[in-house]
Amino acid sequence: MTFSKKETLLCLSVLVFGVAGPLLFPNYTFQIAVLWMMVVFAQTWDTLGGQMGYNSLGNIFFFGAGMYICSVIQISLYYDICTYTAHSGAVKVDFTPYQYFSGLAVGLLAAGAFSIVFAIIFGWAMFGLRGPYFAIGTLGVALAAGEVIGAWDCIGGGGGISLPPYPGEPDTRSYFFAILMFILAVITFTFLKWLYSTRFGLAINAIRDDESKAEAMGIQTKLHKMLAWASSAVPLAIAGGIFGNMTGFIEPLEVAFPTVTFGIFMVVMVLLGGKGTLWGPILGAVTFHVVKELTWTYLLGLQWVALGAFIVILVVFFQQGLVGWMQDKWPERFGITVDERMSVEEKEAAS
Amino acid sequence: MSRTLIEVTGVSKSYGGVVANNDISLSVKEGTITGLIGPNGSGKTTLFNSIVGYHPIDGGSIKFKDQEISELRVPQIARLGMLRTFQQTRIYSAMDCVHNMMISISHRETTFKEMFTKHPPEVREKAEHLLEFVGLYQKRKLISGDLSFGQQKLLEFAMALMNEPEVLLLDEPTAGINPTLINGLIDRLGRAATDFGITLFIIEHNMRVIMNMAEDIYCLAHGELLAQGTPDEIQNNQSVIDAYLGAH
Repeated sequence: MTFSKKETLLCLSVLVFGVAGPLLFPNYTFQIAVLWMMVVFAQTWDTLGGQMGYNSLGNIFFFGAGMYICSVIQISLYYDICTYTAHSGAVKVDFTPYQYFSGLAVGLLAAGAFSIVFAIIFGWAMFGLRGPYFAIGTLGVALAAGEVIGAWDCIGGGGGISLPPYPGEPDTRSYFFAILMFILAVITFTFLKWLYSTRFGLAINAIRDDESKAEAMGIQTKLHKMLAWASSAVPLAIAGGIFGNMTGFIEPLEVAFPTVTFGIFMVVMVLLGGKGTLWGPILGAVTFHVVKELTWTYLLGLQWVALGAFIVILVVFFQQGLVGWMQDKWPERFGITVDERMSVEEKEAAS
Repeated sequence: MSRTLIEVTGVSKSYGGVVANNDISLSVKEGTITGLIGPNGSGKTTLFNSIVGYHPIDGGSIKFKDQEISELRVPQIARLGMLRTFQQTRIYSAMDCVHNMMISISHRETTFKEMFTKHPPEVREKAEHLLEFVGLYQKRKLISGDLSFGQQKLLEFAMALMNEPEVLLLDEPTAGINPTLINGLIDRLGRAATDFGITLFIIEHNMRVIMNMAEDIYCLAHGELLAQGTPDEIQNNQSVIDAYLGAH
């Protein structure tokens, strides 16, 4: 994996902001944490939607599943989950710092591991579908998951679960989760940058451009598709686990499986930034989050209208996204050039 | 006598009530160039699709190197060493030419671990040499979808060579290409057979091309095998003239 000079500079400034941002702007710590989550959303959605050409509307499923798996495990390690949820609020539960942090760590790891299993199971069922059928099929999975959890009384049902309280000051609590989200975003970025540089990355690009051709050339398309989905599922599930603890209360429809908010934001952010590029989704996530927060602050009451108008303008006039637009405008900066030399020998002679 | 690479015996395929292939038998010998001709709708592409495993056949047997392959699926057959190009020309249009080439290397022996490594530098070198071979070296960094149709056909051909197949099924390699480029393509097809040792099985409507290149030609009409023979025999076969070539 190599970084160009510009990329190194960009990465460094992101790192500085990631660590110092919450300290400099303590009032916005929660927003900064959500920003990193959005970055994870956009990057992982792009793995399928941008790099592999499979537009999933159900990626939020992994987020919600991860949130519930993490929460249930971190509670069940020290309490009976059914009793815990039944008495939620009425009974005072005490988690020692050790119990809290060990539970969280185990929960997050389990969320990641289970999401791989889910990606394989649902991948098996879904990857027979292509185009809009895949989008609707995955949306169905996410909606169904919300309903199933809502009917499952032992883990709180529609009433949700109140998570164990953080053992510390509110300020350290919010800084802790902001940093956790930031670390997740950085690991996700590093992982995907590496993944896209391998044969695997080229193979999923090939599937995006022409899946029948990829098959005809002998690429194991189904295996690639399932592994790609699993790679995007793991960070999403962990993000879900962190977000659940960050908000402190989870329930199926609005927090865990919000198909019409987070589920759609994922798609919009990638379209805004530029599909199938490394930095596009990140740029899209940051821009989107800022625009969204501004409309929520200054256009309150009309915020959904403003956001809807923003999405419409985006898909009508700006289909390739920011990075795609730059690539069209300055192709040579992206290495898309005609080489005047006629042959390999001429190139070798020149170098 | 070279061995038989593809052995098709009594293959039939229908789409609903339309019989596209009826009891077709033919064979392709190793190291040769074999032609497949016939009027539009005579079932040539259907036969190609059956051979490479694109759809199940209704009856008969298809063997590749003495192995029955009629039950195998497209990627499995491709990994055995039999590739096809498409009539409509299919490339990975959002990727640049070098990447198109690099992902086309043979997946016969790719291990799970190799899936997550970079291509070794030899692969890029080989890609560049083959792009040079088809005359696309200068355009190697351009997005392949922006190339002209003829250049895309050349790229698709180079991608097939990159894979180092034992046999390559070409569906109308010269369709839509201008006459000058056709000469270059004929030359390269011939060199693919001689220099790279690839057995070629070609569907072609351009009689000048196929009669010059192929050693053995099969002619289909209405889903049935009409004739087989050397180019001379085919050109003088009365039923082929009536069905396809037309009287002069």
